[in-house]
Amino acid sequence: MLKDATAIVGIGQTAFAKQLPETEKALACRAILAALDDAGIAPSEVDAFASYTMEETDEVEVAKAIGAGDVTFFSKVGYGGGGSCATVGHLAAAVATGQASVGVAWRSRKRGSGPRPWKNTAVQLPTPGQWTRPYGLLRPADEIGMLARRYMHEYGATRDHLFNVALACRNRANQNPAAIMYERPLTREMYMTSRWISEPLCLFDNCLETDGALACVVVSAARARDCRQKPVYVHSAAQGLPAQHHGMVNYWNDDPLTGPAWTAARHLWKTADFGPQDVDVAQIYDAFTPLIPLSLEGYGFCGRGEGAAFTEGGALELGGRLPLNTGGGGLSEAYVHGFNLITEGVKQLRGTSTAQVPSAATCLVTAGEGVPTSALLLRS
Amino acid sequence: MLNPVIDEDGAPFWEFTARGELRIQACAEEDCGELRFPPRPCCPHCQSFATEWRLMSGRGRIWSYVLPHPPLLPDYAAQAPYNAVLVELADAPRIRLAGNVVTAPDAPLNSLDPARLRIGAPVRVAFTEIDGVAVPRWLLERG
Ligand SMILES: [Zn+2]
Repeated sequence: MLKDATAIVGIGQTAFAKQLPETEKALACRAILAALDDAGIAPSEVDAFASYTMEETDEVEVAKAIGAGDVTFFSKVGYGGGGSCATVGHLAAAVATGQASVGVAWRSRKRGSGPRPWKNTAVQLPTPGQWTRPYGLLRPADEIGMLARRYMHEYGATRDHLFNVALACRNRANQNPAAIMYERPLTREMYMTSRWISEPLCLFDNCLETDGALACVVVSAARARDCRQKPVYVHSAAQGLPAQHHGMVNYWNDDPLTGPAWTAARHLWKTADFGPQDVDVAQIYDAFTPLIPLSLEGYGFCGRGEGAAFTEGGALELGGRLPLNTGGGGLSEAYVHGFNLITEGVKQLRGTSTAQVPSAATCLVTAGEGVPTSALLLRS
Repeated sequence: MLNPVIDEDGAPFWEFTARGELRIQACAEEDCGELRFPPRPCCPHCQSFATEWRLMSGRGRIWSYVLPHPPLLPDYAAQAPYNAVLVELADAPRIRLAGNVVTAPDAPLNSLDPARLRIGAPVRVAFTEIDGVAVPRWLLERG
């Protein structure tokens, strides 16, 4: 059983900025060494690595640079931001089954100063590029905007609902000195008058382009008791690739508004001792605001079509029904393919968040929705 | 503009558009016949590799749409904001094709006033040739 057999005992990160001078490899090493130091574990003890695609720094380079020992487990999960939580899931499985003892997962990204994947015209994947790119569906914002428009049409969701999401993330970032949007408040007027990116999505519906790196350390529950920090247990972990799913452009699924979150959620709750009503705080992948109502439905916090209404009345704010993305999330802290959501979940359960939910003991963390995804239930 | 980068599974679709036909891949197994999109080697319902390409009426309805604004690739930025739509086919509502609604087959991507777009609006297919590939375009019915 995976349940509570392992724990996250170390987290580390670099600064987040639009532009950092160091290379992705250097940033990765800094974050990983910081996480190991946080845990009080020597780099030579690391024997497992997990990362996810669109990561340019591979485990060979990282292991060599930090001075890891013999490595007996390494994995790389596909589909970019959908793999963030799966890295911890893979390490937990490896440690729980005795394939390794000290695992490191990381994300290093120079997205703020580096290239945008959608600008690459030389490499067009035949599928789905063949069926979408010629028509000017070029960027993730265009692809998610298509689902958002349909969602608004079917369920009466409005831009005010999307603003509720953007605002909750921004309010938490305003409390987090490490966030790119620290001390930069957002108003409804700023949101409603901002420029369009892909109607119905405006500037503030989109995540930040960020340079930065993060890492975490996973060990067995027994080992965790001897580490420096309060253990944060991996209670449940799941991946999700639904039947007939098509990455990013799920338009050809029978029901494009139920994405991979639904599949991951079913397994996540099946192996957990608690349910959505017992989640104290949530870190939900927010590359775009519409992913939040869709994910709230997928992970069972409300019924189908009720995700937008769920955001009303400050539900996602501190003190609300489900405090969301308490570091500021991808929308307002940093967009590092969701890894900051994992570390923020750990901070909440340690009681050290800059926007602490009083006595938070359970946290849901999710990875990119719209692509084959993954999720974690963490508990203290 | 980005031309379709055609793979083996998709090639027949583009061979038919060159003849002015909108055809969708279907299972050729006698008691199955399920349509599928995007094209792939075998049928997810009955696992048969027997396929045919079934002629569609070319009629459909707008399922959703976006209006992309820059930053975009230069050729697209020059026409932005334009519309990109998903059309669900009248003959096969679960098959949805991405495309653009324009005022004439060869008109620019931004030729239609976006105020005329709505979910559910009926459209019909037309084809325009771009760099040797016949690309489907969509025209609003009744105008
Ligand atoms: Zn069949």
